[in-house]
Amino acid sequence: MGFSESKESGGVTVVKVDGQLIIGNRHELKDLVQTALDRGDRRLLVDFSHTGYIDSSGLGALVSISKRIREAGGELRLSGLNDDLRSLFELTKLDTLFAITETPEQALSSF
Amino acid sequence: MTSPLRLCVRRSAVTGSREAATLVTLRLPSDVNCIEEAVELVTRHCLAGHESTESIRFRLRVVLSEAISNAIVRGNCEDCNKWVDVRAELGPDVISVYVTDEGPGFDPSAIPEPIRPEQLDEANGRGLFLIRKLVDAVQFNTQGNSICMILRRW
Repeated sequence: MGFSESKESGGVTVVKVDGQLIIGNRHELKDLVQTALDRGDRRLLVDFSHTGYIDSSGLGALVSISKRIREAGGELRLSGLNDDLRSLFELTKLDTLFAITETPEQALSSF
Repeated sequence: MTSPLRLCVRRSAVTGSREAATLVTLRLPSDVNCIEEAVELVTRHCLAGHESTESIRFRLRVVLSEAISNAIVRGNCEDCNKWVDVRAELGPDVISVYVTDEGPGFDPSAIPEPIRPEQLDEANGRGLFLIRKLVDAVQFNTQGNSICMILRRW
């Protein structure tokens, strides 16, 4: 349970959320993204293919990192949301804020 | 390490119910690191013995996480001397979950909807909105320190 980070060809940093993204671990994600930005990464993908649920703090963390990445001149993509997870973004209208693709492969080719 | 969560499950008559309902109670400390375990425990007991869709499981986990987070962070201000009580009344068709904190309470009608375009960039303020969207009914006690979330199983 937690986050794993890898660098894909094309220089995209991929963060996989394994388990939940909730109030108890949201700072871990924010710190991980900040570290990536500090070392110069500008293209980031957060993948939810193995995520159970996200709470509003987790959504808030995504909003925060989206802002930071934007301010640094970077791009963020989200992928792997199942129907239930996607409904959280639709209910809160956050689907209009994020670039969301079905699979990580689609996200990687869209940068 | 011993879990700080205190869980009790019993079958008993619930006021207003024609049938004996299973009652699940859980007491947890005001520590956000306990939320995930509490959510899994209560969800497992709420759905045990019933056919449930993945959607019900998902909604239950999200709203439990939201309500317990609100109770710990906003209600109890993460005061380690204060507790959060979760009480689930499990009937054949309906799950009623009460989450109560030791805080002064709040006015739920004063919480704005967080979906206006100018609010999308805000990191906070979506918890209660999500609860209202994901369950069939929401009630608060007069003090505003206890939420009741009602979900139909079907």
